[in-house]
Formats: sequence, C-alpha cells, structure tokens
Amino acid sequence: MKKKTPFLQSDGAVSVLVVLLGFLVGTILVALVGKNPLNMYKAILQALSGYNIDNGRMNVRYIGETLNYSVPFILCGLSMGFANRVGLFNIGGEGQYIMGMTVAQIIALLGPQIPVLHWLLALLGAMVIGAIWGGVVGILKAKYEVSEVVSTIMLNYVALYLSRIICLQLPGATTYKTANYPETALIGNEFFQRITKNSLLNNGIFFMILAVLAFWFIMEKTSLGYGMRATGFNKDAARASGIPVVKSISISMAISGVFAGLAGGIIALGSFKYGRVIAGMDNYGFDGIAVALVGNSTAFGTTIAGLLFGLLKNAQALMQAKQIPKEITFIIQGLIVIFIALRSALKLYQEYVDKRRLQKEVGL
Amino acid sequence: MMVLNMLPSVLMIVAPILITAIGGMISEKSGVVNIALEGLMMIGAMTAAAAHVLMEGSGMNHTLSLVLALALGLGVGGIFSLIHAVAAINLNADQTISGTGINLLANGVTIFASQILFNADRTKEFRMGMQTDALGFYPTAYLALIVVLISWFVLYKLPFGMHLRACGEHPGAAESVGINVKRIRYIAVLASGMLAGLAGGCVVLTQTIQYTSNTINGRGFIALAAVSFGRWRPVGVAGAALLFGTAQAFAIIANNIPALRILPTEVFNILPYVVTLVALVVFSGKNYAPASVGKPYEKGAS
Amino acid sequence: MSEYAITMKGITKTFPGVIANDKVDLNVKQKEIHALLGENGAGKSTLMSILFGAYSADSGTILINGEEVEIKNPNVATELGIGMVHQHFKLVQNYTVTENIVLGMEPRRGQILDSKRARADVAALSEQYGLSVDPDARIEDISVGQQQRVEILKTLYRNANIIIFDEPTAVLTPQEIDELIEIITKLKEEGKTIVLITHKLREIKAVADRCTVLRRGKYIGTVEVADVSESELAEMMVGRAVRFEIDKPEQQPGEVVLRLEHVTVKDHLGLEKVTDLSLDVHSGEVVGIAGIDGNGQSELLAAITGLLPLTGGEIYLNEEPIGHLSIRERIEAGLGYTPEDRQRYGLVADFTIAENAVLKNYYHNRYTGSFGILNEEAMHEEASALIEQFDIRAGEGSHTKAGSLSGGNQQKVIVAREISLEPKVLIVAQPTRGLDVGAIEYIRRRIIAERSRGQAILLVSFELDEIMNLCDRIATISKGTIVAVNRSEEVTERDIGMMMAGSQLKESV
Repeated sequence: MKKKTPFLQSDGAVSVLVVLLGFLVGTILVALVGKNPLNMYKAILQALSGYNIDNGRMNVRYIGETLNYSVPFILCGLSMGFANRVGLFNIGGEGQYIMGMTVAQIIALLGPQIPVLHWLLALLGAMVIGAIWGGVVGILKAKYEVSEVVSTIMLNYVALYLSRIICLQLPGATTYKTANYPETALIGNEFFQRITKNSLLNNGIFFMILAVLAFWFIMEKTSLGYGMRATGFNKDAARASGIPVVKSISISMAISGVFAGLAGGIIALGSFKYGRVIAGMDNYGFDGIAVALVGNSTAFGTTIAGLLFGLLKNAQALMQAKQIPKEITFIIQGLIVIFIALRSALKLYQEYVDKRRLQKEVGL
Repeated sequence: MMVLNMLPSVLMIVAPILITAIGGMISEKSGVVNIALEGLMMIGAMTAAAAHVLMEGSGMNHTLSLVLALALGLGVGGIFSLIHAVAAINLNADQTISGTGINLLANGVTIFASQILFNADRTKEFRMGMQTDALGFYPTAYLALIVVLISWFVLYKLPFGMHLRACGEHPGAAESVGINVKRIRYIAVLASGMLAGLAGGCVVLTQTIQYTSNTINGRGFIALAAVSFGRWRPVGVAGAALLFGTAQAFAIIANNIPALRILPTEVFNILPYVVTLVALVVFSGKNYAPASVGKPYEKGAS
Repeated sequence: MSEYAITMKGITKTFPGVIANDKVDLNVKQKEIHALLGENGAGKSTLMSILFGAYSADSGTILINGEEVEIKNPNVATELGIGMVHQHFKLVQNYTVTENIVLGMEPRRGQILDSKRARADVAALSEQYGLSVDPDARIEDISVGQQQRVEILKTLYRNANIIIFDEPTAVLTPQEIDELIEIITKLKEEGKTIVLITHKLREIKAVADRCTVLRRGKYIGTVEVADVSESELAEMMVGRAVRFEIDKPEQQPGEVVLRLEHVTVKDHLGLEKVTDLSLDVHSGEVVGIAGIDGNGQSELLAAITGLLPLTGGEIYLNEEPIGHLSIRERIEAGLGYTPEDRQRYGLVADFTIAENAVLKNYYHNRYTGSFGILNEEAMHEEASALIEQFDIRAGEGSHTKAGSLSGGNQQKVIVAREISLEPKVLIVAQPTRGLDVGAIEYIRRRIIAERSRGQAILLVSFELDEIMNLCDRIATISKGTIVAVNRSEEVTERDIGMMMAGSQLKESV
C-alpha cells in the first residue's frame, strides 16, 4: 500500500531546489538594482576554487578560507539541527556561540600556558558553557512550557551584554579588544597555513569533523538518539511509552549548545590573536538556522549546507569589491528559509495530483 | 514626582512595543503565529528612516514628511507580511520557519537597500525626527493608546471581532457557520504586519536619527513575549508592554538616579531581556492561548 | 411541493488515496426520518458533508425540494434550509451557548453586536422546541448532551427544515439517547425532514422510516425499516453474514493482579475526575469499565499508566504499590496498555514498524548494546515475528512506516507489541474504535484468547455490546466513581445504562 516517494519529493531534492530558487531570486534582485549578477557568480567561483576568472590567476588561499568559514556554519547548523530533531526550534545558537567564545577567551587569557592543554581546555570550556546555555532553554521548555523561540532570543541578548561586561574585565581590555593571547592558546595549524598560502584554516576543522560524526552517531545509532527522535516525532507517544521526555529535551538542548559553544571557541582562538569585546552579534548562530533547514537537520545535509554558506561568506568581500552589496547573501539565506517553509506546499501539490488520478480512475 | 518625569521616556519606548504586540495579538487570536514581527519592524523602521531623510532633503514640510514616512513604513510592513500570510494560510507552511525566514530576509533587505540608496550599511542621518508635545509626550504614545482602544472595540464589540476570535479557537466551527477563515486570517496577518511596520517607524523617528541593523534589537521578540504574557487580551498586553518597555527604558531612567549611575550601561541593557525571561517562566500560561493558534486550517477538517 | 426533500444523484467524491463516494444516490422524502447506514469509512459523513456544503462533489447532482441546486459552502446550504448536527461538535469552547448559536448571524444594533437580543432570541427558541439550555453558560462547562442541544439549536436558529444528525448517539447515555429520539420525533412532527447518519442498528429500528446503506463508498440499497431485521441490515452494511457474539469459554479467574484502592485523580486543570475508586482485576478474567465518555475513564487510565499523578489512594500490581513509579518503571513492572487514541499515544507514525515494536523496551540488552548502540537487526527480527503472528498487512514488512498502515493494522501493531511484552495486566481502551468489521472481530477474538491464556485484562469501552460480550465482570463508572460491579450474565444493558446515568442498582459481585 506504500508508494515510493518520487525523487522530486525527496528531501534532498527539495533542498537543492530551494537553494537554486534562492539564488535565482537573488540574481534577479541584483540585476534589478542595476548591478551585474555575473560579478556575483565570479566572486563565488573565486571563493570556491581560488580561480580568478578575470585575470586567470589561482590563489589556493580562497579554498582554505572557504573551508575555514564553513566550520562555524556547520557547527551552528548542527546545533539547530540537533534540537530540531527533538522537536525544538533552537534559535539560541547565537547566544550559545557568544558564551562559548567568551569562556574560550577567558581561559585563553587566564588559563595554564601549557602547550596543547591550554587551547584544549579553552575549547572544552566553550563546549561546557554552551551546554549550560542550551540546557537552560531545554529545562524551561520541558518543565515550564516556556516557548524556546522566545527564551532563546532573550538569552541571545543576555549573552551579548554579559559577554561585554565580562570581557571588559579581562587583562588589557579596551572597548573592543583584550590583550593578545599567549602562544599556547592558539589553534593555528602550520601545515594548513603552508598549503593554503596563509589562510586561517586551523585545527578547528578537526573538531568540526568530530562533531559531525558525533551528531550522526548519537542521533541515528544510539538508544539516546532513538528516544530523542521518538520525542521529536511524537512527544505524546514517547511519553506514554515511558521515554523520559523531559530528560531527552534537556539533554538535546545541552548537546545542541555544545555545538554552538564549540563554534564560538574555535572562532575566538582561530580567527583572532586576541579576545574581542563584541559590540554586536557575529550572526553565525542565526545563519545556523538556515543551514540546518537546508540540510534537513541531518549530519550530512548540514555539512553540505554549511560548506555552501561558508562559500557565500567568503565571496562577500569579493562581491563588495565588485560593487555588489554583501547583504545579498543575507537576502538569499532568508529566501531559502522561506522557501523551505513552503515545503509543505509540495505536499499539497502531491495531494492534488493524487486526487486527479483517482478522479480519472472513477471515470470523470 | 521623579517617576512622573520619567513617564514620557518610558512611553516613548513602550509605544512601539505595544503597537507591535497588539498586532501580534490580533494575528495569534485569528490562529496565525507571527514570529516575523522583528523583521517587519526592521522593514518599517528602515523604510520610514529612508523616506523621511529623503523627503527632508527635498525640503518637504516636516510634519508631512513624518506622516508619510510612517505611512510608508506601515505599508511596506504590510506588504512583507503578505509573504507570511501566503505561506502560513494558503500553503500550510510551518509558521515558525516562515516567520524566521522573513526575519533573516528583512535583515538583509534593509541593509541592502541602504547600500543601494545611501552607499552605506545604514540610512543617512535625518536632521529632525518626531518632536514631543507640550506635556513632553511623543505622538506615538497617543497612537499606541488609540491602537489599543480600537483593537479592543473591534475584537469584542463588532461581529468581525467575534468571527476573528472564533477562527483562532475553532476554525472548523467558524467555517461551518459560513465564516471565511482564510480571509479573516489574511486580514489579521496583514494588520500585524502594518502595525509592526508602523511601530518600526515610530522607533526610528523617536529614539534615534537613522536606521542601522541594531535599531530594533529584539523589540519584535519582546512584543511577542508581551502577547503571551498579556494572555492575548488588549489590556493584559498593554500591561505587559508597559512592564517590558519600562525595563528597557531603565538605561535612560538610571541616568536620573545618581545611585544607579555607577553601574555599567550593559547591566541596564540586559534588564529588559532578563525581565521578559523571568516573566515568561513565572507566568507560563499556555492555557490562555487561542486553542487553534499555529495550526494550519484545512477545509473539511473537523 | 416535490415528494422528495433531498435527491442526490450519482455523487462522486475523491480524496488523496481514497474514493469516498462512488456514484452514490440518495432520496429522502419530505418529513421522513431517513437513516444513512454504513461502517466506518463507508462514505456517509462525506456524502452529508457535500449536502451541507463543507465539500464539493467531483460530480453528480443535488435537488432540494425538486429543484436543482449547487451547494458551494455552508452558507448556501443554510439558505436552502439544511442544517447539520455534527458528530464532533463545532462549538467554540470558551464562547457561551448564545454566542455559539448566533455566530455568523449575530443580531446587531447598527454595526455593534446586540448581545441582549441574541440572548432573548436563543431563550425563545429553546423554549419553542423544548430544548432547555442555559444561554449564558460556556460550552466548556456544560455536559455533552447539552452541547448537542446547542448544536441542534444552531440549525433551528437558521430556520433549517432539513436536519442532518451525524452519529449523534456516540456520546450519549442510553437515557439521553431516549431523550434524543423523542427530540427527533418531535422535530418530525414540527414538519422537519431528518437524515440520521449512524451505524447503530438498534436506533435505526427505533426511529427511522427508511434506511439507505453505503458500503466502501458505493450505494447498496434503500429499505423500509419496518420490513427488515437488524441482521439483514448488518449484512447489507458489511456484505456478508456477521457474527456478533464471540464465544467466551467458561473460566475460573485466578489471583488478583491489579488492585485499585480508593483512587482519586485530578486532571491537568486541577478538577477532580476520579473519586475514591476501588476495583480489582484477576488473572484469566476480563473486567470492563462501562460508562459514557467523560466520566473519568481517561483520567483513571492516565493515573494507572502514569500519565497523570495519583491524587489519592494507591494502585497495586501483584500487591506491589506502583502509584509513585515513573511510566517506564510501571511498564517494567508489567503494565501493558493499548491507548484509545492510538495515533497520538500508541505509535510514532514516522517510525517503522520495527522502531515502533520496541518503543517500550528499546533500551533492553537485546536491542541496545554497549555504549548505547542500537541493535537494529534485533529490532527488525522482533517486528517481523510480530507481523507474522498477528497477520499485519504491511507493504514493506518491518520497514514500513507506521503512519502508512490502515487503522486496523496500526491497532494490530500496538496490540502485538503489548502482548509480546508479556505484561502482568493488559489494559485496553476503546480497542475497536474506528476499525472495520474484520479488524474488530480479530481484536475481540484476540482479547478472549489472551483471557484463556490467563491474562488479566481491563477493558474500557463506550460500546455497551462490546462490554457485555467480552467481559466477565462489568464495573459501571459515573462521574468518577464506580456505581456497581456486576457479573455480565446477571445484568442487562438497560441496567448498566441507568447506572451510567447515576441511579443505583444492587451489586451482584
């Protein structure tokens, strides 16, 4: 009695379609305001492959940068995606990211200056605070039914100002930065620097890969993940079957926070040589939402989607140089999310097709 | 007496939040969750700021320019809310995702437009925004009051309001007595978009001199929290907005209280968000939400 | 005026995946009570929804009083004088009786709502037809029988001459059913034409003039009710001879397995729904809880399974108290449960049959190894065994998504899972609701088979004949307490009906 879902309705195809649509509209928009959309694509090509089509030169650095930019996107995507599988809409990745970054900065400046252990401790600290910042949301939802949509937003802003308050107290702090990190806190990787002509690609990427694997493994292969998936699909049935729903939700939000916190830590130690006293949000947390939606909240999908977003970000500066406002990438992301929301429209279309087919059977 | 002195500042901050919250309440009472309030406020703010500075520059009458700017903010907010309306009402989309998409889109569109119009990531500064009246109140305070009163009247004294509330509680019942649920929901979402756009314009024209990506800074979400904290009733929502707005105004108020001046500004910046969070926890009242809010309505479903 | 109030010819309506009505005809005479009979899914509700304008037919014609009409929406139907009393009431819970009745047709003073006149109109109407209601009461506060009267008043307020009743007796006590039959008869005397959608043969015999039978979307025939027997109607409805009674072998029950002692339960809103309830269930017997929906059964079951906390009293499983245990701990202690809302509480639609089969014990060693890793092979093995044992029709075997199974097969999955866990006591709630006759027979036979194997079974059902047929002892519940416990041989349906409504009867056990 079961129909095989035609490829066109499979989630992967939908994601591809949605991305293409987003780009299409973005292209039209760029043309409408009088700029050359071709420049947008040239920038993207250069960011992807390092090849500058205008002067025929190749610079491997761009590839390294694209990969490096993908790291926080993928991690924040995993963050949103993990919670999504349990049925939660975690848009607090930004706050978890900020807290992770802040704690990493603290440990970098104040922690033991022992090689490897130093930055390891910093990243670990980032993950722990991320878990706490996310776990709180989970408990609020599970025990008090507080909408995670609103509580995460509030915690994002709390994190922003809290970070400022804390970082202003760190050694050597000015209104926008702290003292430089000790060498032992950095996560730069010499090998990468050599082969990618000094891009910022660093050890963080290893952690990201581990995170992707951990996501997949926990969610699909363990009994913990089974309980979470059941809760995400049908909370009532899960609870009635004895699955500890409150615990599942809280743990999943904590794990979700770990991913985002890790992203913050990696950016703090890998992209800058000093701590930052932030004035605004980096937005990786928000972009993570789009990444997770495009990637359909799976480990593999999120990775691909994150690479795409990393690519777009890398292309931004190149676009700006060609007079295309870099905000076009934000617009494309927003459109992608809206189009994803319309996924259900495909279901309506399928129902319409079925109906017409049945009507033919009955002889209308 | 000092409290009364602060009232105008408090109302300046409360007014846009309240206007947006009323819009959010109307939308939810009809059954559609509108998380895009933040993005719609942004769009309204940017539109109003851009329109005003351009009209100011062309030498137009100051008051006329302000009114037109607000009207444009209202209009464009309404247009963008149509995206959410179509997605949520006609296409049964996930309302949370659709709303979030609009927020992301708005973030990009507003700065993109600024880049095109002003070659910067913010609108050009205008010389003069709204002015306070003899009592020290901005017109937006009166505007907010009018919005609250009108919404109360429409929702509870007119048949249209009764139909709207039925759509949010039991769309099947409404449909069965001939009410066009989709049409009413469209109107409600449009109203929420227009009010949010208007409110965004109010923010930028009373509290600052230009639109930047930091102008709205979460007010839309605070408004959303005010809706549930205010238990989806005009008076409750007004009270909630007053509470949250006061928390946000504290940074200004604190300047007048010597004892509090020693604390770093960030402490006051955090206050509204913490207050909102605490309020949500203490008053977690899921029981008061319209019964069918957030669920797409399919014809023929019971 | 034409002899026929309603004529529907060749009505066809399709939905995704199903042909709900396949060229169906219906002819209803003026001022008659016409029954529309069919199993669940036969197409009766769809046909009437088309008449009421909730759906449009894909093809076919409709004539009202001899004139061809197009009923695009409920407004048109209302103007034609057609009204519908829905099975699932379309009432706004936090509006008053008056507000619900006038919704969409509110009296106004200028532009503003005229609540005073609305109230007066409703009071007058309820008096005229003898349907007493409190105009100011909120729907969420009144009884189901009263809510139904509000639904009826809605149609009368709109001057309906043709009134359709969709499964009206599903939620009523036998006494309320008698009252409803009186109301329907009175409406007929007032000149109304009535269409009664139902699958209750007894009620058709009691009140209907003629009856049209539908089966799987097709028109089977129309008969004069006086000329046919219940079993003839049943055969038309199902397509073959139907055995109503299941053989229940004589059996001596064993030890007490489940004991409820002075159980009191409050619901989510803090209202006391079960008061001082005591009951026991022995191995090898089926104890039934008979009662109308809303008298505390749901809350009682929720308290036993752990979904609601116990406010007072205690529950003993093999003499061990379980009232303080978590849901999982109770399952481990031997509590089996097939919920009444199977799609909401029984299955995860997006999971495969294999994943659903281990919903309650996936963390056991058999299915979860070291480091918490799932053993998917073992899950599929178990599911395949259950599929065979219980004859579950699933297109892709254990890999089939539960959501794509038919209602009957979904219930089989749940029953199979519960039985395979070898519980000490098995609680079944509304086990045959919404199932076709074949599945109903299978489930009932399975329950008796488990009883023969010594299983203790607690059955909660709104279908009196199911209770009478399957149970050894029957506990009648009314307003949250047990009115009496009787042996099934020593009590009649009428007795139980009276007890459901609250009157006392002597206990036999």
